[in-house]
Amino acid sequence: MSVLVKKEEIRLLSGNEAIARGAFEAGVKVASAYPGTPSTEILENFVRFEGVYAEWAPNEKVAVEVAIGASMGGVRALATMKHVGVNVAADPLFTASYTGVRGGLVIVTADDPELHSSQNEQDNRHYAVAAKIPMLEPSDSFEAKEFTRLAFELSERFDTPVFLRTTTRISHAKGVVRIEEPSPGPEFPPGFTPDPSKWVMLPVNAKRRHAVVEERTKALREFAETWEGNRIEWGDRSLGVIASGVSYQYVKEAFPDASVLKIGLAWPLPERLFREFAAGVSRVVVVEELDPHVETHVKALGIPAQGKDLLPIVGELDPRIVRHAITGEASPVRAPEAVPPRPPNLCPGCPHRGLFFALKKLKVTVTGDIGCYTLATLPPLSSMDSCICMGASIGNAHGMEKALGADGAGKVVAVIGDSTFLHSGVTGLMNVVYNRGASTVVILDNDITAMTGAQENPATGKTLQGKAARRVDIPALCRAIGVEHVYTVNPHDMKQAEMVLRREVARPEPSVVITKAPCALLPEHRRQKRPVYEVIPDLCTGCKACSRLGCPAIEWVPFTPEEAASAGKKPTQRGMARINALLCDGCNQCPPLCKFQAILERRS
Amino acid sequence: MTVPKGDIFLAGVGGQGTLLASEVLCEAFLRSGFDVKKSEVHGMAQRGGAVTTHFRFGPKVRSPLIEPGKADLLIAFEKIEALRFAHFLRPGGAMVVNAQEIFPPSVATGQERYPEDVERRLRAVTDRVFLVDALAAALSMREVRAVNMVMAGAASHFLPLPESAYEEAIAVRLPSKIVPVNVQAFRAGRALLQPA
Repeated sequence: MSVLVKKEEIRLLSGNEAIARGAFEAGVKVASAYPGTPSTEILENFVRFEGVYAEWAPNEKVAVEVAIGASMGGVRALATMKHVGVNVAADPLFTASYTGVRGGLVIVTADDPELHSSQNEQDNRHYAVAAKIPMLEPSDSFEAKEFTRLAFELSERFDTPVFLRTTTRISHAKGVVRIEEPSPGPEFPPGFTPDPSKWVMLPVNAKRRHAVVEERTKALREFAETWEGNRIEWGDRSLGVIASGVSYQYVKEAFPDASVLKIGLAWPLPERLFREFAAGVSRVVVVEELDPHVETHVKALGIPAQGKDLLPIVGELDPRIVRHAITGEASPVRAPEAVPPRPPNLCPGCPHRGLFFALKKLKVTVTGDIGCYTLATLPPLSSMDSCICMGASIGNAHGMEKALGADGAGKVVAVIGDSTFLHSGVTGLMNVVYNRGASTVVILDNDITAMTGAQENPATGKTLQGKAARRVDIPALCRAIGVEHVYTVNPHDMKQAEMVLRREVARPEPSVVITKAPCALLPEHRRQKRPVYEVIPDLCTGCKACSRLGCPAIEWVPFTPEEAASAGKKPTQRGMARINALLCDGCNQCPPLCKFQAILERRS
Repeated sequence: MTVPKGDIFLAGVGGQGTLLASEVLCEAFLRSGFDVKKSEVHGMAQRGGAVTTHFRFGPKVRSPLIEPGKADLLIAFEKIEALRFAHFLRPGGAMVVNAQEIFPPSVATGQERYPEDVERRLRAVTDRVFLVDALAAALSMREVRAVNMVMAGAASHFLPLPESAYEEAIAVRLPSKIVPVNVQAFRAGRALLQPA
């Protein structure tokens, strides 16, 4: 077997791991982030390096503000987030563009074309244009590390924050990365030098800085013309493709012989290079996921190019889609087989299931939020009516109540997770109290930020490093805001949860019900000895009361009339329930639902 | 000498450990001098939903995604998942399928039956279908979480590296405490099938 690369210098890393490595090699000292798929693993990996500081912030705006402060203090600083996190962080970002930096400042935006785990598929290259911040876009793990290092150098050289944009197929794809020694970081010692004309954005100063930003963009445009990351790979001149990010890889796979203009800097774009490329090929096609960002700018130069007239604007691409779009040809592929769908589901033992089961009985409108619990919208729980963005549930509930007036009283409940509440639900709750609302807000406190894979938050009592931290006291916080009725229930005890919910929903005042039980995936929970339940076949009448929980561990065994007879059941019994012992988490939600006491703890 | 290339598609149910299995395979190829890429999705899809990994090796790998109809090998950790992604297999490709049945929600709640003709439909896709009982092998080791390494071991017959390469990769990628049980599971999986 031929050895293609030296083993000791290379490593198999995801894009996120490569960015963490690149930040370490660049000498980053401070990193802050709020977890969000597909960005989360950057900080989880970065924190393992010696001599760095990293933290989970309560939200992306705070993360960027922390990174700006660190940059002002003269060290290299990183903030990472998913695409929608940039919406939250946009306020400080747009002005950080004006102030520029001291230590290099890089913001990672991890976009999610195809919405693998997101509420929209916005294209954050628009932010680079709107905020006038340069944006690097790697096309694999190798470049993710190289571009991260470069991003910090560019940041200091051009006195600007720098965006590094990934997509899911960069963040969560693994590839070969070249490991290098860390650099010492900036060429100046840490320390803040007061300079109000740069750091205090009073209108008089900001107006001057805006002119500086425009000059900077011109300089960056010149850089874009000559930087090797934007390059023409001449090949067959009958087809010229302009591509960036992972799309570049799809183009090289589908058209290995075509001429390609690879764009590594998604903003600002290299105009002369576009003209040179277009002049050298007979057909120009821009291949990019989501919006026609590059295409629009190429066309603005008067270059006749194709792009979104051929390629989809929705979802992610792959080599087959690219080949088919450009040539109209694609080898035939068999149609996918029709099989039962397998959507994600709340885990066995998930405390959220108990809450939603109880909530469903109230027949109220549920404004929801972002987290695992958004899955409660799926059948059989079917008990979430809206999901917009982090923190939206509480404002949505208040707005709906104000719209409905007396008709809406006691008919709307907001549901939000602990981490999401601290991210951006607190202000919504403040608004309910201040503006004399009467919403009932359920805070699902499972002791972790669960959806993104178990990250600590200000209410868990631990930092990103796993060190003990003071916990936010959520009930006390709600009372401090002015909510007089704050109650904590065990969501696995659905009877109690239902009783408290009924009482609070009827109350013509704001109230908060906190459901307190740990996420079923937490190692502390999994280590505990837990019972396993079983269905006693002789006692099960097939009423399906337990099936309505939608627990993955409760399986339905269908009967034909003959099977029912041989099992000693009435011929009309359609089947019976069975508990999968491998999946049962022992949460005890299902036994009380069985009127026939057929669900018992397994003895073995 | 030409470096072989291959497109390996892994499919399973969130929680079955498909990510770790692909990690070990990928590491083994990297350490044997191949260029490799693999792509997977984290986050919401992992909560008991269908999960996939695209793993590619060769002299130079571009796309992190395998095209439909191009995979050389489909490693499916669950029967329905084999069928769901069967269209990724190239004509004449091989499938190593765990005989385990994990009920999707519509089956678990009794709206439809678990399809009874999965095996027949798989054999209509390719005549190289290899069913293994990875769950039984893992349970015989009293370690249900070892299903993934059993599957990796069984599938390794269809990949061009020697057994030692995978065992080295397991030793490198996994915490030392769990290396022995995973090597044991890999060997148990390898013993389930004859060399291809």
